[in-house]
Parts: sequence; C-alpha cells; structure tokens
Amino acid sequence: MEPLIVIRDLWRIYHVGDLEVAALRGVSLDVRAGEFVAVMGASGSGKSTFMNLLGCLDQPTRGSYRLAGRDVATLSADERAHIRNRRIGFVFQSFNLLPRTTALENVELPLVYGNVPLGEQRVRARAALAAMGLAEWENHVPSQLSGGQQQRVAIARALVNRPSLLLADEPTGNLDTATSVEIMEVLRRLHRDEGLTIVLVTHEADIAAYAERLITFRDGRIVADVPRVEGAA
Amino acid sequence: MNLLRMTLVTALRALRRNKLRSALTMLGIIIGVAAVVTMVSIGRGADWAVQQQIRSLGNNLLMVLPGATTANGVRSGWGSASTLSVADANAIQKECPAVAEVTYVKRQVVQVVYGNQNWSTSAQGSNPAYRTVRDWNVAAGRFFDDRDEAGARPVALLGQTVVDHLFEPGEDPVGAVIRVKEVPFEVIGVLARKGQTAWGQDQDDLVLMPFSTAERRVLGTQILGNVDMIFASTAVAGDIPAAAREITALLHERHRIQPGHDDDFTVRNLNEIAEASRSASQVMTNLLLSVASISLLVGGIGIMNIMLVSVTERTREIGVRLAVGARRRHILLQFLVEATALSMVGGAAGLLLGVGSTEVVARLAEWPTLLSLPAAAAAFLFSGAVGVFFGYYPARAASRLDPIAALRYE
Repeated sequence: MEPLIVIRDLWRIYHVGDLEVAALRGVSLDVRAGEFVAVMGASGSGKSTFMNLLGCLDQPTRGSYRLAGRDVATLSADERAHIRNRRIGFVFQSFNLLPRTTALENVELPLVYGNVPLGEQRVRARAALAAMGLAEWENHVPSQLSGGQQQRVAIARALVNRPSLLLADEPTGNLDTATSVEIMEVLRRLHRDEGLTIVLVTHEADIAAYAERLITFRDGRIVADVPRVEGAA
Repeated sequence: MNLLRMTLVTALRALRRNKLRSALTMLGIIIGVAAVVTMVSIGRGADWAVQQQIRSLGNNLLMVLPGATTANGVRSGWGSASTLSVADANAIQKECPAVAEVTYVKRQVVQVVYGNQNWSTSAQGSNPAYRTVRDWNVAAGRFFDDRDEAGARPVALLGQTVVDHLFEPGEDPVGAVIRVKEVPFEVIGVLARKGQTAWGQDQDDLVLMPFSTAERRVLGTQILGNVDMIFASTAVAGDIPAAAREITALLHERHRIQPGHDDDFTVRNLNEIAEASRSASQVMTNLLLSVASISLLVGGIGIMNIMLVSVTERTREIGVRLAVGARRRHILLQFLVEATALSMVGGAAGLLLGVGSTEVVARLAEWPTLLSLPAAAAAFLFSGAVGVFFGYYPARAASRLDPIAALRYE
C-alpha cells in the first residue's frame, strides 16, 4: 500500500523583488499512515515552508506531493481548501481559535465549511470536545479558558472532521511545562490508541522525543531522518 | 449551523461587537434614506396640493381669454384687449358639441362697504351657469338665478375673504345690505371657500353678482356685452382637446381672423397647466432626490472604509477559516453579508427616521406631505444595493488573502 504522504524532489522558490530565494531545495519523504513524526530545524531551515506545503496551504514550485494517493501539488486554491477540510487538521502555536465564539462553535467550524448536515455537526462537535475532556466548557469563549484548554479545543477542532493527518506547529510553544506535557500526552494517546498520523514541528528536544521519527531540516534540505525509541529523551 | 446562518450570525456579531463604530458607519445611509423618504413625501405632497388647487378652478375646464399670447411677435398679457363677448360665449354653448356648459365673467376692482367696514375687492358679473362650471358650492343662502339676471337685481354673493373683512365673526351676512361702488346690494349668499389658485390668487376675494346687474349698475362699461373671460366645461376630461379645437375654430370664424394672422384670443387648457406644474414639481423632487442620493453614496464609501478596517483587523480569523477549509467565496460572502447587513440596518433606521421627519414637517411647517410606499421600498432596497456595491471590494480583498500570511498576521 502506498504511504500516506509521498513527496519527491519538492522545491519552493520565493521571488523577493528580482531575487530568487529557494526555501526548499529538493525534499523527498515518505510518511506511512499511523506514524508520529517530529520536524526540527533552526529558523530559516525550511521547516515552516515544508509544513505549509504539507498542509496544502501553499503550492510547491517543483516536485510532487501525493496525499492519500492523490496528487495535491497542482490543485487550485478551492481544491486545496477542500483537501484541508477533509484530510488535514491543524494545531497552531497560538491556538488560533475565533475570539468571542464558543468552544462548541469553534469546533463546528470545519463541519460548517464541510457541509456536514446540521444535526450531525452538533453531535460530532460535542463528541470531539468530550474526547478532550471539555464537555462542560462547550459554551465558554476562548478568553474564559486556560491555555491548555484552548489548545485542547483547537485539537478537537482539528480532529472533528476525522482527518488523515494532524499537523501540529509548535503546539506547546505558548504553554508552560506542565501544560505542555498534558498536550503532548493527548497527542501521544491519539497516535497510540487511534492510529492518528501526526507531523509535529518543534525546536525543543524533549517535545520531539514524544515522536517516533525525527526529521531535521537545514538550508532547505532534510539532513537527518532517524527513528527514535519512545521515551529516549 | 449551516453555512448561510453562520455567515449571518457572524456578520451580526461583528456589527454588535463595535456598536458605536457600526452606528457611525450607518449614519450616512440613515441620513440618505431618511432624506429620500422625506423629500419624496414633501414633493408628492406639494404636487397633490397643486393638483387640488387647479381642480378647485372647476373640473375639465377651458379658459378663453381675450388678446393673443403673441401679437406681431410681441408677447402681451392675457386680457390685454377686450375682444370677447357674451355672444361669443352663447355661440360656443350652441355650436361646440364637445362643450357641456359655458359661463363668462366681467370684473372690476371696487370698494365694498358694510357698516363702518370697507374692503377693496373684485366685483364679478356672471351668469347662473357659473356655479356649476366652476363647481363652486354655496355655503349659505342661495345662488342668483335667471330671474335675478333678467331683472338686473341688486343681489350679490360674497366670497369668504370678503365676509371675513366686512363682518364680525359669527355675524350672518345673508340678508345684509352692502354698498358696492355706492350701490346698495342685498347679500343673498356666501360662497364656499376655494382657497388660492396655483398662481397664488385668492379666489375667495370677490363679490359675485348677475352679469346684467354688474354691467348696468356697477361697472359702467361703454360697450355692452363685453366679457373678460369665458369658461367652458366638458363632460369628461377626454373631451377637452376637442372642445379647445372647436372653440378656436368657432372664434376664428366669428372674429374673422385670416389664416396667418395672430389670434385675438387665447384658449387655455387647465389640464395643461396642471401638467406643467406637475412636471415643475417633478424637476424639484428629482433635484432633491439626487442630493439625497449623494448622501447614500457617501454612506456607502463610509461602509467600504469600515469594512476595509474590519478585514484588516480580522486577518487572522480569515486565516483560520481558510485553514479549516473555507473557500474564497465563503469569505467573500461573509464580508459581503456583513456590509449589506450594515447598510440595510441603516436603511431600516433611515426609513423610520424619514417617516418621522415627514410627520414633523407636516406638523410644524404645515406642508402637505404624502408618504410614498414604493419610494420608501426603493430607498430601502437601494441602501442594500449600496452595501453590496461598496462591500464588494473589501470582501474581495478578504477572500484573496494568502492563508499563510493571514495566519501569521499580528
């Protein structure tokens, strides 16, 4: 069976004025379904560009990207929006919940854009929040929630459409150590119990240690791709 | 929530969040719509009042005046020559089939005295048909009849203005004896109030008497049978052009006017005058409407401005929506709905304000006003269109945001 992610010779070149800046210089990578991958690298190493491409937020300049058997490198903006809606869940460093909007409505958002029937929306959003232990908080707005709770709402939102891939971009960057551990435990449980494929960007080794495979970027290329034994850090 | 409902809820929430800002943004639209509604109401009211005044002259009326509108290329006023006669009037009555009734008037400004009061007014002599042709009711007493006319009896009817100046309030003028140019007259009736003509003349300022009485006892004219004006009425409005043609042809013949020569009379169609005044007030209304529309336009620019601010402020929100699968048109629709909601709420408020200020104008300035439902509906819908038009550019800008840049926006 084809891996979930198949990337071959991926390039991303930005044009800044007359200058050409290659942020990604020929990246090839396979990620099988059910893997938990950590991506590390200094800022400017190309890992953010890579994550944007992986999340179908951007289009590569060259190369191919197949997600779940489908070529997604050359899709239109609206087609990419559809892929993001159905296949990919995002968790951001700064949570990115809609302000003054209840937790439940935040979680419903992908379902609204996915044209999920009305009754089903509420049931699924409630279930996703309950799975994050937030059943009693569904009518609270983000400003009434702690950082850890907000990030769990964000995870519920990312998972509510049952994506094939969860992309977490520094998910613990704005959290204290105890809460970071709490969030990483949530991700590990999702990976272990539900076989969720997770790609995690971080620059902290102890966070990366939760993953089973560590990819390191430098100057737009993958310089290391090593399996890690769980709990090695 | 389904997509449309969410879009609507999001839009209303965004407007509620910045109440003061939303209210100020709406102000332009509110004023614009209110101005349109008020202007149209006042314009229609004025038009209605003019139509009423013209109708007060009598229904389906033609006026025949002596003198040409132009004589040898020189414009002269109406009634500048005495060329019409009672015989002309009688001929019109007999020989013009489109004409239903004919009356004629001879008048002069005279001094009227009652007790120690006196008043300068217009003495008018006419025949008994005057009442029906001018469609003028008698408020008290009676109108003069053929016997009064035949006997040249010294009887008179007074207009309300004359009654007001000669008699004490509550005093009954009927039966009183007044002196017109030193000639004693018995007041046999009072005419109902008619108000002003479209050209500002007080129709109630007159003493009306039989034609023969006026000719022999008051006016002292040299040439008998001369009249200042002939009124002809038709049974229906549609007969007026035919009646005008017939009267013109008849008078050409009677006055022996050669082809190519100027007429020595003028036939005025009152419906034409009504039409002219209607188009004049239409011009005025259109002028005011265009000023009001400028306010709507300025309001629309205000909406565009605030929507651009809103798009910038909510860049991150747009990024999140795009990330979780919103398409370009979803974002476009959301901001378009927000702009339209802004303008339509403003439009509704403007509608209420317009109805209110129309009422205030009607009460305080005592101008006639006439609310127009189609105009109000059009103003409201137009405010919605303004929202769509001026909301489109900011909404399109929002929908074209790059999701990555939007998510990273601080």
